[in-house]
Amino acid sequence: MDGIRSVAVVTFPGSNGDHDALHSLSEDLGFESHLVDYRATNLDAYDAVILPGGFSYGDALRAGAIARFSPIMPAIREFAAGGKPVLGICNGFQVLCEAHLLPGALLRNKSLQFHCFWTHIRIENVESSWTRDLAEGVLLRLPVAHGEGAYFTDAAGLAELESNGQIVARYANRQGEIDDASNPNGSLAGIAAISNVAGNVVGLMPHPERATNSLVGGEDGRRILQHIANVATGSITVFV
Amino acid sequence: MSDITWTVDVLVMPKEGVNDPQGDAVRSGLQSLGFKTTWKVRVGNRITVEVTAADETAALEIGNQMCQQLLANPVIEQYSITAKPTGGE
Repeated sequence: MDGIRSVAVVTFPGSNGDHDALHSLSEDLGFESHLVDYRATNLDAYDAVILPGGFSYGDALRAGAIARFSPIMPAIREFAAGGKPVLGICNGFQVLCEAHLLPGALLRNKSLQFHCFWTHIRIENVESSWTRDLAEGVLLRLPVAHGEGAYFTDAAGLAELESNGQIVARYANRQGEIDDASNPNGSLAGIAAISNVAGNVVGLMPHPERATNSLVGGEDGRRILQHIANVATGSITVFV
Repeated sequence: MSDITWTVDVLVMPKEGVNDPQGDAVRSGLQSLGFKTTWKVRVGNRITVEVTAADETAALEIGNQMCQQLLANPVIEQYSITAKPTGGE
């Protein structure tokens, strides 16, 4: 397996970004990637796990609330606890919050509208497994597509995220400034992505897998997803 | 005393201080209809669950466990629970 990184993209009932992620990883980035069914119970064969976007279980009760009880979740917990990289995109972010692998919750967009457009995010943390060779403050142009993307935690939770450096990215304008006008959903402190304390589990509201080919209007998503290559070299470090 | 069926009635509401854009939208709808004295609207979920339990305390505790583990997200929601014998008055 040396040098070959194998990525699991988990398909939940209602996932719709799974094939996008698979295509992006296999065709655009050249990683060996597989769709893994939500009933699977073992992820030992993989070097990275992606929880894709979509509407798992039809968003019943709350987005991500039911996916948390999927048969695959114990394997995802074990994978994450082992310091291996896990990325939750959009609905995947919601699932990670509901599963308490990430703190906080995602609320309905402030506007009540489903937002589907390009955003800019500014990278705030370059120690997470998914941002570590980016420069701090780098601006990425990525699309969002969500109805429930307003990150929320209480004041103590936000203070903790900030002091631990768990805020991975915030929405910004084209100049890289954080302002309300660039915040598409009313997210607390403009948060677009956070990590766990260790830095190996990241939840990201925008879609890097929909921006890895100039044919679809942008390639900045590569700069997140290419981090799978780092895992390949076994250079993964757990920050505690 | 044998176990009977209880209807556990769970009301889940957004916590104070948590944005509720749905409630805000309903409020502005009510104001457009002429309900000018409407100042605040909050929208939540009501969930009813039928369970078997020995008594009301046990039924409420089952409801509480369900809320803690699934029915409510304590980060953003608060809940209240009542229980009555199913089909009773």
